[in-house]
Amino acid sequence: MKRISKIYVFLVMLFLYAPIFVLIVFSFNQSKSRANFTGFTFKWYKELFRNELIMTSLWNTLKIAILAAIFATILGTIAAIGMHSMKKRSRSLYMNITYMPVINPEIVTGISMMLLFVFICSVVNKVFGKGETILELGFWSVLVAHITFCVPYVVLNVLPKLRQMDNNLYEAALDLGCNPIQSFFKVIVPEILPGIMTGFLMAFTFSLDDFIITYFTNGSTLQTLPVTIYSMTRKKVNPQINALSTILFVAILIILVAMNIKQARDAKENSK
Amino acid sequence: MLKKSISFPYLLWMIIFVIVPLGIMVYFAFTTSGGSFTFENIEKISQYTPIFIKSINLAIIATIICFFISFPLAYILSRASDNYQRTSMLLLMLPMWMSFLLRTYAWMTLLENEGLINKFLGLFNIGPVQMINTPGAVVLGMVYNYLPFMVLPLYSIMAKIDNSVIEAAQDLGCNIFKVVIKVLLPLSLPGIITGITMVFVPSVSTFIISRMLGGGQNMMIGDLIEQQFIGSTYNPNMGSAMSLILMVIMLVVMGITSSLDDDEREGIVI
Amino acid sequence: MKKIALVLTFLMALFVFPFTENIQAKEKVNLRVYNWGEYVSNGEDGTLDVISEFEKKYPYIDVEYTTYATNEELYAKLKSGAANYDVIVPSDYMVSRMIEEDMLEKINFDNIPNFENVMDNFKNLSYDPTNEYSVPYTWGTVGIIYNKKLVDEKPTSWEALWDEKYTNMILMFNNSKDAFGIALKKLGYSQNSTDKKQLDEAAEELKRQKPVLQAYVMDEIFDKMSTGEAALAPYYAGDALTMISENPDLGFVVPEEGTNRFVDAMVIPKGVRHKEEAEIFINFMLEEEIAKANIEYLGYSTPMQDVYDDLDEEIKNDGISYPDKKILEKCDTFINLPDETNQYVQELWVDILASGQSSVFELIFLIAVILGLGLFMIIYLRRRKKNM
Repeated sequence: MKRISKIYVFLVMLFLYAPIFVLIVFSFNQSKSRANFTGFTFKWYKELFRNELIMTSLWNTLKIAILAAIFATILGTIAAIGMHSMKKRSRSLYMNITYMPVINPEIVTGISMMLLFVFICSVVNKVFGKGETILELGFWSVLVAHITFCVPYVVLNVLPKLRQMDNNLYEAALDLGCNPIQSFFKVIVPEILPGIMTGFLMAFTFSLDDFIITYFTNGSTLQTLPVTIYSMTRKKVNPQINALSTILFVAILIILVAMNIKQARDAKENSK
Repeated sequence: MLKKSISFPYLLWMIIFVIVPLGIMVYFAFTTSGGSFTFENIEKISQYTPIFIKSINLAIIATIICFFISFPLAYILSRASDNYQRTSMLLLMLPMWMSFLLRTYAWMTLLENEGLINKFLGLFNIGPVQMINTPGAVVLGMVYNYLPFMVLPLYSIMAKIDNSVIEAAQDLGCNIFKVVIKVLLPLSLPGIITGITMVFVPSVSTFIISRMLGGGQNMMIGDLIEQQFIGSTYNPNMGSAMSLILMVIMLVVMGITSSLDDDEREGIVI
Repeated sequence: MKKIALVLTFLMALFVFPFTENIQAKEKVNLRVYNWGEYVSNGEDGTLDVISEFEKKYPYIDVEYTTYATNEELYAKLKSGAANYDVIVPSDYMVSRMIEEDMLEKINFDNIPNFENVMDNFKNLSYDPTNEYSVPYTWGTVGIIYNKKLVDEKPTSWEALWDEKYTNMILMFNNSKDAFGIALKKLGYSQNSTDKKQLDEAAEELKRQKPVLQAYVMDEIFDKMSTGEAALAPYYAGDALTMISENPDLGFVVPEEGTNRFVDAMVIPKGVRHKEEAEIFINFMLEEEIAKANIEYLGYSTPMQDVYDDLDEEIKNDGISYPDKKILEKCDTFINLPDETNQYVQELWVDILASGQSSVFELIFLIAVILGLGLFMIIYLRRRKKNM
C-alpha cells in the first residue's frame, strides 16, 4: 500500500512537472527550435537582459503586482475588520459581493470591466477633453482591475483570523489607556498579521500571473509579461522567455524551500 | 467594537468596479449597437448551442478527472508524515508560479505529431498518435492547469479528519470501499464542493487552452466571447449576451453545489 | 511596525522614481504603431533594426510598437474604444471599410515626399480611389506552401488542401476572409461574391475540408511548417519565403484557379494625437534603405520603384514575390463588401468552426450528467433530513 501510494504521488508530480522540465531544458537549446535539442548554450540568458520588450514587460508586471497587492491588502484588511463587527444580515451582503469576482469567470470580469473603463473614458473625453483623448485605457485601468479581483482574497484570508481573535483584547487595550488607533495597531494587527500576509501573497501571485483580465483592460500599448508571452505563443516563443521563466522558477524554488526548512525547524522546536 | 462603517469604502469600490460593470454588460446584452432595446442577441445565441454543450461537457469531464486524481492524492498526503506533507504541498504549489501560458505552450511541444511523446513512442515503432488538436488535448490542458485547485481544498479538509474515525469504521466492519463512501466522502464534502467550482468555472470559460491545444477546431464559449470583443467578429452586444448566459450557467452550478452544503461558507480553503 | 513603514516608503520611492523621470522627459512624443506580427525588420540575425533606426534619427519620438494577427482584430480593437494608435497597417478591403466608416484621417502628402517613388500602379487603387488616406507598405499573393518531403507531387490547385491523402497534415487560415476567398476561388466564383447561394456553397466546401485539417492557424504557421509538423498550408507569399529560408524543404505555389492579391497600406486613424509624427514615420518607412531592409526581411513584395529596380534578378524572377503577369491576371483584390454580406460570412464562419463538434452523444452525455447530479442531490438531501 505504502509503495503504491508513493508511486501514485510520483506519477502526479511527473504530470505536473513534465512541461516545466521541457521549458527549462529548451532554455539551454542552441537553436530556436522547440522540438529538437541541438546543443547546449547560455546565450538566451545573456540576450534576455538586452531584450527591451521582455524587460519592460517584466517591470510593468512587477509594478502592477506590487501596487495592486498593497492597495488590495489595505482595502481588504480594513473591510474585513468592519465586516467582523457586523450583524449577520449586512455581513452576508458584503460576503456575497466579495464572492462575486471569485466565482465569476475571469473572462466575464475582464470584458465587463473593459466596458466600464471604455465608458468612463468616453465620458471624460467628451466632458473635459472636448473631443480630444485625455484619458485612455492603460496602466490605471489594469491596476484598478487587478485591485478589484485581488481584494476578495485578502478579505477571505483576514476574516477567519479575526474570528479566532479574542474580542476582549481590544477592549482591554482601550481600558488600559490606548486610544483606538493605538490599540488597533498594537492589538488587532499583530493578531491577524498571518492572515494579512497570506492575503497579500495571494493577491501578489494572482496579479503576477493574470492574463485574461489584463488582456481585456490593457488598452493600446501596456504590455505585461503574460500579454507579451501570449502574443509570442501566436508566432514563435523566444527561448529568452524560457530563460526568464527558469530564473524565476529557481528563485521561487529557493525562497519556498528556505521557508519550508524554517517551518520544519519551528515545528521541531515546538514539539520539543 | 470597531465601527462597521470603515468597511464602506470597500463596498463602494466593489459596487463601482464589480456590480456596475456587470450592469453595463447586461445593458449591452439587451440592446442593439444603436442602443435600442432588443431580445435578438439572446435569441441568436441558440445557433451556438453546440459550442455551449461542448464547452460544458469538456469542463465536466475535466472536473471529474481532476476529482478522481485528487481524491486519492489528497488522502495519501493527509495521512503522510509532516515533512512529506510539507514537501508535497510545496511541489504542488510551485508550478502555479510559472506562467500558465508557457506551461500550456510546453504541452504543445510534448503532444505534437513531431513532439517529444511521439518521438519517444517512435522508438518502439508506435505511432505517431494524433494527440494535439483533439478535444482530449483540451481536457488534458484543463486538468493540468486546474488540478491544484482541486487538491488543495480536498487536502486541507482531509487533514482535519481524525484517523480514529476511519479506524472506527473499519472496526465496525467497513471495507475500504465503504469507508470511502460512508466516511471520507461525506466528511470532505465542503472541500469537494469548493474544488468542483474552482475547476469547473475556469475550465468552462477558458479560451487559451482551447486555442493552443485545440488548434482552433475545438471552439469553446470563451473563444466565442473573446472573438466578439477583440477578435475577428466584432459585436460587443452579442458578446455581452453570451457572457450573461455563461454567468447564468455558473450561478446555476453554484446554486446546486452550495445547496448541498449547509454551512455558511466563509473563506475558501486554499 | 517601523520596518513595514520603511519597506512601504522604499516601495513608494521605487514607483515614484520612474514617474518623475517621465515628467522630466515630457517633450518626448510617444508614437504608437500597430502592425502585423513579423512585419518589420527587427534587427535579428544582422538585419537592420528599423524601429531603433527611426528612434535614432528622430530622438524626440519614442515608438511603441505592438502587433495584431488579423484585420478583424485590428478593427475590433479600434472600434471598441479600448485603444488608440497613430499608425496602423490594414489590408486593402479593411482600408476601404475604415474610409467608409469615417475611421481614418486624411494624410498630408506634403509630409511624405517619398511617396513619389511608389509605382504608379499602386497609386489610386480601388480601395482608396483618390489616394487621400493610405500609403502602400507591401503587397503579395496568397498561395500554397508545401513540404516537398511530405507531399508526393507539387500541388497545382486549391484542391490539394482538400486532399484526404494528407489528412491531419493540412493547415487552414483562421480568418473568415481568406478562408472564404480560397473556397470561392476553388469553386470558380469571385472571391468578392455577395451571392448567398455561392457563399453557402463555399461554406459547405469549408465544412467538408474540416475533417482533413490539422488546425486553423494564423502566425502559428511559421512554427508548424518549418518544423515539418504540417505538410500543406495556404499563406502569404512573403511569409512563405521566410519559412523557406528556415526550412529548404518547403516550396510555394500559386494555384491555377487564381488567388487573392493584397496590398497592406499604412493609414492614420481618426482622432490621432501625433498626426505629424505619424506622417514622418510613414515617410521614413518609404525611404529606400529602410524599405529595402523591410522587404528583404519580410519577403513581401515592394510597391516602391527604386527598391524594385535595386533587387536581385533572382528574386524578381523566382515567381514567388513577383509572379508572372499571367498569374497576376487571374488574381483579384478583396473589396469591402456590404455589411449584410460581412455579417452573413461571419455567421457561416462560426458555424463552420462549431460544426462537427456536437453529436447526439454529447447531448446525451450532458443530460445524463445533469440527471445524475439531480438524483444524487435528491437522495442526499432526503437522507440528511431523515438524520436530522
